[in-house]
Amino acid sequence: MEAPPSGYYEIFGIEKKLALDVEGLQRRFYERSREWHPDRHARASAEQREFAEQATATLNDAWRVLRDPVARAEYFLTAAGVKTDAKKTPPDLLEEVFELNMALEEARDGDTGAKSQVAAALVRFTAMLESLDADRGALFLRIDLGDAAAIPALRALLDKRKYLQNLVRDARATME
Amino acid sequence: MSLFQIDFGGQKEHKVIGIDLGTTNSLAAFMDLTGPTVIPDPQGEVIVPSVVSIPEKGEPIVGHAAVERLITHPERTIFSVKRLMGRGVGDVQDELKLFPFHIAPDSDTVIHLELGGKKFTPPAVSALVLRQLKQNAKDFFGEPIEHAVITVPAYFNDAQRQATKDAGRIAGIQVMRLVNEPTAAALAYGLDKRQNGVVAVYDLGGGTFDISILKLHDGIFEVLATNGDTHLGGDDIDNLLMRIALEDIASEWGVDLSSDAGAVQRVRRAVIEAKHALSTAMAAVIEVHHDGKSYRRELPRELFEKLIAPVIDRTLTPCRDCMKDAGVTPDEIDEVVLVGGSTRIPLVRQAVRNLFKAEPHTELNPDEVVALGAAVQAGILSGHVPDKLLLDVTPLSLGIETMGGIVSKLIHRNSTIPASAAETFTTAVDGQSNVLIHVVQGEREMVRDCRSLARFDLKGIDPLPAGMAKIQVKFLIDANGILNVSAKDLRTGKEQTIEVKPSYGLTDEQVEAIVLESFEKAEEDFSERQLREVRVEADRILNAVDKAKGDDAYMDLSDEERAGVDQAIAELILAYHGSDHNLIHNKMDGLNQATLKLAELMMNTAVQGLMKGTKIDA
Repeated sequence: MEAPPSGYYEIFGIEKKLALDVEGLQRRFYERSREWHPDRHARASAEQREFAEQATATLNDAWRVLRDPVARAEYFLTAAGVKTDAKKTPPDLLEEVFELNMALEEARDGDTGAKSQVAAALVRFTAMLESLDADRGALFLRIDLGDAAAIPALRALLDKRKYLQNLVRDARATME
Repeated sequence: MSLFQIDFGGQKEHKVIGIDLGTTNSLAAFMDLTGPTVIPDPQGEVIVPSVVSIPEKGEPIVGHAAVERLITHPERTIFSVKRLMGRGVGDVQDELKLFPFHIAPDSDTVIHLELGGKKFTPPAVSALVLRQLKQNAKDFFGEPIEHAVITVPAYFNDAQRQATKDAGRIAGIQVMRLVNEPTAAALAYGLDKRQNGVVAVYDLGGGTFDISILKLHDGIFEVLATNGDTHLGGDDIDNLLMRIALEDIASEWGVDLSSDAGAVQRVRRAVIEAKHALSTAMAAVIEVHHDGKSYRRELPRELFEKLIAPVIDRTLTPCRDCMKDAGVTPDEIDEVVLVGGSTRIPLVRQAVRNLFKAEPHTELNPDEVVALGAAVQAGILSGHVPDKLLLDVTPLSLGIETMGGIVSKLIHRNSTIPASAAETFTTAVDGQSNVLIHVVQGEREMVRDCRSLARFDLKGIDPLPAGMAKIQVKFLIDANGILNVSAKDLRTGKEQTIEVKPSYGLTDEQVEAIVLESFEKAEEDFSERQLREVRVEADRILNAVDKAKGDDAYMDLSDEERAGVDQAIAELILAYHGSDHNLIHNKMDGLNQATLKLAELMMNTAVQGLMKGTKIDA
């Protein structure tokens, strides 16, 4: 018996697209679970049980990743060999990040004015995160249509998103 | 393949039962055409208390009979052993203060209980409870049962699950699946009748607390998240009340009973009775009689609730975390199910009602619902319940130790199982031939704050310059929630040898040794049983012959024939007092031979009598 595919798109038997219908994917997840889950093959041969376990494990891993657009995009780009650079401050954020760090330092020293400055920055950054998520869909479609230039753009978007997320999380932790 | 080649009868289907191996009580159930049903013992009792007593001589005593010995032989009687499963002595200091039995010194990775000079591991003790359930099932079905689904708390870690599986193996049970208790309860309730919806299962047992949130989808039970505390349950309430009673007694009598194990058990029983009574009554009495002295204390429910409120509060944080992980709010939860004896407490029900804003289900007996669910799962595995499927999750994140004692997470908690992750390892110095991987479970960042699971030693790596070797290690959490690790050398494509050193629990070899030992024991037990059975048979024959001697037919025998009968009787009696069951069989045959003529004569007389009787009646 051949081993089940280890790729996430392959285990679902779907095309490698970034824009996915998650509801349809969920239906497929339930269908394949009914077919492959080890509980359905408890009395089968050792070989079949092994297949059931491997296939279901990959299916579960794949469902976890593909249902989430960010995790899906990361998986897609990694598979395409595109490297991440999330630690670097995105150039268009340099100034704002510098100001936020200043304000955070002053806030730590008990400056109430700085505190409201930090709160305002947090609102701005959160809005930025939301607009990044809104832009993501368009990039998904461009890449799915074969626009190779959109790939580095998506990489940059994901890196910026990760950077902003860490920034917001750290700032919130400092303020608490 | 022609139609006739299809094998209909060749594979006789083995029965699979469901077992709830509880902290306080255990029971088994099976699936029939009408649904899941509990399996009683020959006396009609369904519950086997999870108590084991090791007498001076003879076989271990399990269940109800062992409960009595908690008071008479406290140092030889084990209860709540589930709390010790898969743990080291460092984990259970609190429990040990309350346990009267001794712990052997070498208990760091596996606890060894010392009873009357013999050592027992928790899986070996649990195996005795399982063996009893297996025996009950055999008596019930009239055939040996060797396959089972066993339930575990959802929040059990890898070592605790493995220990449960080991217990099954020691008991001679093939464990088809470990199922999480709250998930089993959801299956038992058959809530899939509502087709779609979100269900919370609140399971407060004797020693553990679980909360699981499930999504129902046309017969699929998909667990969204689970949380809990493997050290929180009815036992904690008992211990709280016991401390108060023992303090009271110390001040009233001027005697500290806490070092008198038998007396402590008496107090334990008294507070448990009061606790049970308070589920329906507004007040109860804790009453202890010991050494001619009496202690009596009135416990109103109001005070009881004030005392136990902190214990119940401890269940609420896991519930909130679980909802957060599942991504649901209380309003989105359609149904709540209560499981475990402790959910009979009105305050618990109130707390659940307040938190989930729903009236909880209590239709099924909370003591039986888990075993019933295990039976449904057994039915699923046997192919008899084709419309249902359980998709469960792993309760704890799995990670490996990296530089500086930091955990790198590979599989996150609440991932649907089976789940897997692959990681490639290499060597750090030239010619290095093994790589050690430390696997931990838990949510914290640092290795020291997580639970060490095992160390995997990748051995026999080809000597190469540093960084050249590429070993891909695959971590797979199976449908039982147990980790399996395999490794492949990516350069050669060969399977890589791995040596596993579990941090807690028994190694495969140790389990095998216990299994072998118990087989030898089983053989001893078997011949003992054969002896018992053949003696019962001999008793029956001796009695019958004794009676026959009073029959007229006996006098029709020749002197020689009568002497032959007496000789055969004497020989049988001699063999009877020996321990060779084959010899007893032989002598029984001898007596049968010697009394053939007698039996024939008696039969003739009886037939003649019968014919006469017929005539008279006609």
